[in-house]
Amino acid sequence: MLLNTISNALSTLSEPWWKIFYDFSSLTQAIDEGLRSSLSPFWAVTIEMLIIGVVFLLFYALIGLFLVIAERKVCAFIQNRLGPNRIGPYGLFQTIADLVKLLFKELIPIKNADGFLFNLAPYIVIIVNFMVLAALPYGKGLHAIDFNIGIFYVIAVSSMSVIGVLLAGWSSNSKYSLIGAMRSGAQIVSYELSIGLAIITVVVLAGSMQLSEIVEAQRTGWFIFKGHVPAFLAFIIYIIAGTAETNRGPFDMAEAESELTAGYHTEYSGIKFAFFYLAEYINMFIVAAVAATLFLGGWMPFHVGNWEGFNRIMDFIPPFFWFFGKTFFVIYLIMLFKWTFPRLRIDQLLTLEWKYLLPINLVNVLIMAFLVLMGWHF
Amino acid sequence: MDKTQLGEFVKSVNPDAAIVEGKQYPEVTVADTELHSLAKKLRESEDTWFDFLVCITGVDYGDVFGVIYHLRSSKHGHMIVLKTKTSERAKPVLNSVCDIWNTAEFHEREVYDLLGVKFNHHPDLRRLFLDSSWGFPLRKDYVDDINIVSK
Amino acid sequence: MEEIIKEVVIDEQEEYTINMGPQHPSTHGVLRLVVSLKGEIVKNIEPHIGYIHRGIEKMCESITYPQIIHLTDRMDYLSAAINNEAVCLAVEKALEVEIPDRIKIIRTIISELTRIQSHQLFWASYGMDMGGQTCFFYGLRDREKVLDIFEETTGGRMIVSYNCPGGLMYDIHPNFQKRVKEFIKYFRGVLWEYDAILSGNVIFRERTIGIGRLKLEDAISYGITGPSGRASGFSCDIRKQEPYSAYDRVKFNEVLYTEGDTYHRYLARIEEMRESMNIIDQLIDNIPEGPYFVKMKPVIKLPEGEYFQRVETARGELDVFIKSDGNKNPYRVKFRSPNFVNLGVLNHISKDFKIADLIAIAGSLDFVIPDIDR
Repeated sequence: MLLNTISNALSTLSEPWWKIFYDFSSLTQAIDEGLRSSLSPFWAVTIEMLIIGVVFLLFYALIGLFLVIAERKVCAFIQNRLGPNRIGPYGLFQTIADLVKLLFKELIPIKNADGFLFNLAPYIVIIVNFMVLAALPYGKGLHAIDFNIGIFYVIAVSSMSVIGVLLAGWSSNSKYSLIGAMRSGAQIVSYELSIGLAIITVVVLAGSMQLSEIVEAQRTGWFIFKGHVPAFLAFIIYIIAGTAETNRGPFDMAEAESELTAGYHTEYSGIKFAFFYLAEYINMFIVAAVAATLFLGGWMPFHVGNWEGFNRIMDFIPPFFWFFGKTFFVIYLIMLFKWTFPRLRIDQLLTLEWKYLLPINLVNVLIMAFLVLMGWHF
Repeated sequence: MDKTQLGEFVKSVNPDAAIVEGKQYPEVTVADTELHSLAKKLRESEDTWFDFLVCITGVDYGDVFGVIYHLRSSKHGHMIVLKTKTSERAKPVLNSVCDIWNTAEFHEREVYDLLGVKFNHHPDLRRLFLDSSWGFPLRKDYVDDINIVSK
Repeated sequence: MEEIIKEVVIDEQEEYTINMGPQHPSTHGVLRLVVSLKGEIVKNIEPHIGYIHRGIEKMCESITYPQIIHLTDRMDYLSAAINNEAVCLAVEKALEVEIPDRIKIIRTIISELTRIQSHQLFWASYGMDMGGQTCFFYGLRDREKVLDIFEETTGGRMIVSYNCPGGLMYDIHPNFQKRVKEFIKYFRGVLWEYDAILSGNVIFRERTIGIGRLKLEDAISYGITGPSGRASGFSCDIRKQEPYSAYDRVKFNEVLYTEGDTYHRYLARIEEMRESMNIIDQLIDNIPEGPYFVKMKPVIKLPEGEYFQRVETARGELDVFIKSDGNKNPYRVKFRSPNFVNLGVLNHISKDFKIADLIAIAGSLDFVIPDIDR
């Protein structure tokens, strides 16, 4: 029966196979129809969800793998040296080697730690990441869940990761972990505000919270160009707040190895540590993906006004290439920050947010609202 | 002030002090009870103004212990050497100069740790490098069959 | 004299002690700091040292004078050549040996190169402590050039053991002058980048300006010498006060600031690198011909008496006190090491700052732990 459904699905494809890359909705429609025609609706939906789940698991793992090696290569590039280049061509299999090493490590159980919470904490951060990843538009037709409150859902769910951090620090039963978790928690909660306000700026410009509509609205030009001054300001604030939110870059006091030896995940070893480590990179990917969607046009190609020829060349590149290209560009920027600047002290970090970023953000939202009212955007 | 003037100053404060015009710096030897007052005078008088305690060295003379203070003036640029000896070997005690120069705290702890000379009125006289299971290694009669190879 | 025993009372209320253990990525060695905190504010720091105490002073009492050189290398290993110079000068002064110009000038050049490479390592590790890990690679890469020069001439990269009583161990390599000139030209062009990366960076400035302020009277009273003391205004450069080797024939400025905070301690070292390059520039072209070694007796015996020599290492004033009773082994050797004295002020200037500032302050005082413990 399985072969039946697959052949049904493929037969409904009426276009040449390479057009799928430009509009995945034809493939997804085909699979949907194929399943519904041979199974009951309940099973069709369930199997679709299973397919999406497996795809996301693979995607998560691959992106995590890629980002770890990318970080080490970018770090090496700034430090004027080669990165890992022994394992695999250009060191690409380095992460797999690291993963195998972490899998072999002993999971050291802490005697006085709260067992259930200690084990739960890494899973919380992973689950939160999955929930957010599902809502992002990766390309035309590659949008798993298209809420009408899309971006609001993204912010709300990503805020739950702070629970994982605090649980990790508390249940480790160690002075250093607790200090690290408290600092981390304070930092994440503070920078949520800035992220939210920067996103609201874009929502004001777009007029909708639904991610697919936001991307559609950028068909004639990316928001960073359309909304000129306030959108650009919001982009910068979003990048700063995003790196602070993910405990990265110059804001990583909570896990700085020269201060408190790894902060809230000091006591974790082996695969649990791998979860935290991966979750940090996927968080960075999410921040970059949201930035690319809201400010840089999502999967929309780079069009310039009336330059027809140029636009057609740009259209030639498939949309998900655009999306990933923009995301990786933002990720590259974030990585450059980390390896260039010294660290901020925890109180300077919080001062930056509450005394500087927040007022600037509020004023920016007002300016954007005014702009939209007067129609002074492109 | 040059060497002779310093010598005269010290003699005026403490007539019992023995002064030697050493090769480099004038060397003053005083009794252990009078060191603190002489040091205070040297620190506080405007003409000498020895505000920089360069070094405190503990020496084991064989029969007693001695401590040598090298002092320097940041204002005038001259140096003087103060020497004193403890009165006995069994329980060597001296007065601390921590209230005059803050740097003496660590120096005196080191002398205590390595030679066993105690300093009165020291704010925190504890062993510094070694723990209490060691004797006082820098003493000439220190015997350690395991770690020290003597010819 | 009778003994007055005093009890030491530590206030235990509301203080939370953490232990920055002997193994810690940013205490630059085996230093244990027991830090009493109230929240994030440091109330008291107690250093526990002695993890690398090797009994150098006791060892010196059973070896000959030329053998002491190899022990002094390992005290403050980043100023190895200068430590050697201290003992050599003390022995030569005691024996009243006249050292030819060539030896003096080469000693000065090597000392200044040592100072440059020590400050390069300071810059590299300080940047890394502050979080800009890239600084570590840039700083150490340039330091390798100096270490290559050392290796060619002396055989050792960091532990050089080059000076000995009576002169130098080996003559300089024929490439020495050329390589030193190349290095100075390269490094002068690159030093502004070091400045720009850290000194101009607003994050770095926020973390170091106004932190750990050391007043002038405290600097003198605690005996803080070297760039840390000069940043507070204490004019303690022995190269100016009691010039030794070839320092009396070169012109250079003593780098003095008055603010005494972490930022200026950092700046003092960067400026000192420039001054060192000026000194080398004045000397490198005119190394006179001559012997590199003055013939000394095979067994060196110092006349009875006490000898005191002060030199300026990269971290401050190193004094060698030798008491000799006429034998071939000294009776007592005492090294007044700059790091030992500088450690005494850490508690005083870190009071009421945060724990992240403690890393900044301890880094700016630039400790080398083997020098503390000897």
